[in-house]
Amino acid sequence: MLKEFASYVTYGLIKLDQGSRLGDATEFFIYDTIKIFLLLSVIIFVVSIIRSYFPPEKTKKILSHKKEFIGNILAALLGVVTPFCSCSAVPLFIGFVEAGVPLGVTFSFLISSPMVNEVAVVLLWGLFGWKIAAIYMGTGLLVAIFGGFIIGKLKLEKWVEEYVYKFHAGQEQEILKQAFKERLQYAKWNTTDILKKVWLSIIIAIGIGGFIHGYVPQDFLANYAGKGNPFAVPVAVALGVPLYSNAAGVLPIVYALMEKGLSVGTVLAFMMAVTALSLPEMIILRKVLKIPLLGVFAGIMTVTIIAVGYLFNAIL
Amino acid sequence: MEIKVLGPGCPNCEKMVEMAKKAMKELGIDANIEKVSDMMEIMKYTMSTPGLVVNGKLKHSGKPLPSPDKVKELIKSEM
Repeated sequence: MLKEFASYVTYGLIKLDQGSRLGDATEFFIYDTIKIFLLLSVIIFVVSIIRSYFPPEKTKKILSHKKEFIGNILAALLGVVTPFCSCSAVPLFIGFVEAGVPLGVTFSFLISSPMVNEVAVVLLWGLFGWKIAAIYMGTGLLVAIFGGFIIGKLKLEKWVEEYVYKFHAGQEQEILKQAFKERLQYAKWNTTDILKKVWLSIIIAIGIGGFIHGYVPQDFLANYAGKGNPFAVPVAVALGVPLYSNAAGVLPIVYALMEKGLSVGTVLAFMMAVTALSLPEMIILRKVLKIPLLGVFAGIMTVTIIAVGYLFNAIL
Repeated sequence: MEIKVLGPGCPNCEKMVEMAKKAMKELGIDANIEKVSDMMEIMKYTMSTPGLVVNGKLKHSGKPLPSPDKVKELIKSEM
């Protein structure tokens, strides 16, 4: 039905020539735009309802005094559904430590939350297919689990700012009860809020797919940065770190890179580096972490993300 | 009556203050609204801002903001 609608608009309303390059591109653009926005709206709405059951206060309680490893897995999974933005990383970190969440488990949460979320997964699904979306989600969770696990094993608590340990809430933070109607309201608000933030980059990404497609040689980048080049992954990661953006924001770049022959592993590693590892987030975390711990965090993340990149370049 | 609005000074926190003021006027309550922006103080109640605390009890936290009627109701419940 969507296909028919797209071709009706292209050839019936705008009256482009059937079979022309511009006609094809326009039809593809209309079809993909509608498809991705439909997917996004439905999935963000559903995930938002799930989210309303996992406020940070509850996640904290679940993770409190959890054993390592199991705790890391749970934290990485909860990172996907707990509503959180890096601007509130500091109160969240202090709250977690105060509640007795182990340091490594806290890191698993902090890594997975910005990197693996419904927006990233839906966009990858819509543009590259469900396989790449699933791979991104699976490896993102693995990076979060193992990154946090290693940080926990290294016993780096001494490199957390002292004042964090001195904080005592005194009273337990309350988890407010919500009626289902309120959860629906939250979901509606959250969906429109996210769509408002991402619509432009998505349209640009789809536009790149549809229009630039035919005009730059397909293997333009493949010659320089394809599978054969062992430096492609580290360079992509190094370029991704200073960039600060969410999944939707990097999507136009990611789409263009992939179109022009960059391999999947390199592109996924780039996207992970942009979303999970960024200078502004480091500056925020500096308020609670001493520099050596920040260094270890950045180092472990860089190494695991590069490893993911190589792995997928090797097997896909 | 003691009313606190928790938030580091974002536009939403200001809106919350305005709504609380209006609700109090309508309910005929005369009390001060305390704006709490110190992170450690906020953390005693919640991790998500903006928050509304009435008589030491957390009544709302996080986005989206409650409707003006809801704010009135939340304050009224502690009268």
